[in-house]
Amino acid sequence: MAAKKNITLGRRAVVARIVKDRGDMLMVTGLGSTTWDAAAVGDHPNNFYLWGGMGGAAATGLGLARAQPDRRVMVLTGDGEMLMGLGALATIGVAAPANLAVCIIDNQHYGETGMQETHTSHGVNLAGMAAAAGFAETTTVWTKKDLETALPLLYRTKGPVFVDIKVTTDAVPMILPMRDGTAIRARFRQAVLGDRAYD
Amino acid sequence: MAATKKKKAAAVTWPAEIFQTLKDADIGQVSYVPDAGHSDLIKSCLADNRIKTTRLTTEEEGVALSLGAWLGGERSALLMQSSGVGNCINMLSIIEETRSPLLMLVTMRGEWGEFNPWQIPMGQGTQKSLEDAGVIVYHVNDPDDLSETVYAASQIAFNTYRAVAVLIGQRIIGFKDWRK
Repeated sequence: MAAKKNITLGRRAVVARIVKDRGDMLMVTGLGSTTWDAAAVGDHPNNFYLWGGMGGAAATGLGLARAQPDRRVMVLTGDGEMLMGLGALATIGVAAPANLAVCIIDNQHYGETGMQETHTSHGVNLAGMAAAAGFAETTTVWTKKDLETALPLLYRTKGPVFVDIKVTTDAVPMILPMRDGTAIRARFRQAVLGDRAYD
Repeated sequence: MAATKKKKAAAVTWPAEIFQTLKDADIGQVSYVPDAGHSDLIKSCLADNRIKTTRLTTEEEGVALSLGAWLGGERSALLMQSSGVGNCINMLSIIEETRSPLLMLVTMRGEWGEFNPWQIPMGQGTQKSLEDAGVIVYHVNDPDDLSETVYAASQIAFNTYRAVAVLIGQRIIGFKDWRK
């Protein structure tokens, strides 16, 4: 069973490595640890931080990807957040946005509520579900080498792309980004749309 | 029954009128969970190559998708049946907290001549639930008022950055007469 493999990657090092290559990529982060991760490795106006709406990160990324077909869009979210909105995998598979990548930071636990196990601790294979839903490219990352192989998928391969990255449950410092939703929305739209953000 | 029969016999023009209104309001994306009452409007949207349509598995995806579309500079509309409103409640918080627009067109069940008792709880709670979640609601029962209401709702949504729902009354859609 895949879930029994040894997990060694730390979430912050993984997210830092991913955003190092971000270029002009637009990123939507999901409620919980991935929003803190994105802030910890470097706040950016092209980050849209969800602090609520659990289960909505992937669908938010889909709406953005369809509105901005010439920009790369990445959804960075957790296994628990993705599990709450699994239907979005089917919706994205069918909509087939070429510019969308969904990246799961999968520690196999609900990190914000006391580290209870999620279904991915018990063999649920998110990348397999995405593949079955029609994603163009899917993979599960277990090692540093896997991660390097997956980076071009996240940034360049014709999507929709789904990358599930297995990370440890090691504690990391909680670093919070801005949390006023109107400010996060306004800053992001300004970054994407310029002055058209205020039409 | 006579009134319902007459309504069914008359040409139904409101789906085409709403479609034109969505075009006038510069809607670039339409997402939907199908409903019989929305079937003509969905067909029109699918046939329009300037509207990007997204078929959803559940209505809350459409709320999140509408936020994403707005983040990318596009106006969208979300079509659903009243039962789908219940699926949206927590996701509506991301619209309110970010002061983003949301335009929902909701066909009603469980309110007028309903046969299926299982439709009553959500149908009767639709408007209250939306209002409790911070959504501005227009409930329309006259087909002649529909397209103007949808246009007005779109102006509130996109000019004042608010969630707005237009409830299309079951009286407009007509109800199944199960005795036939």
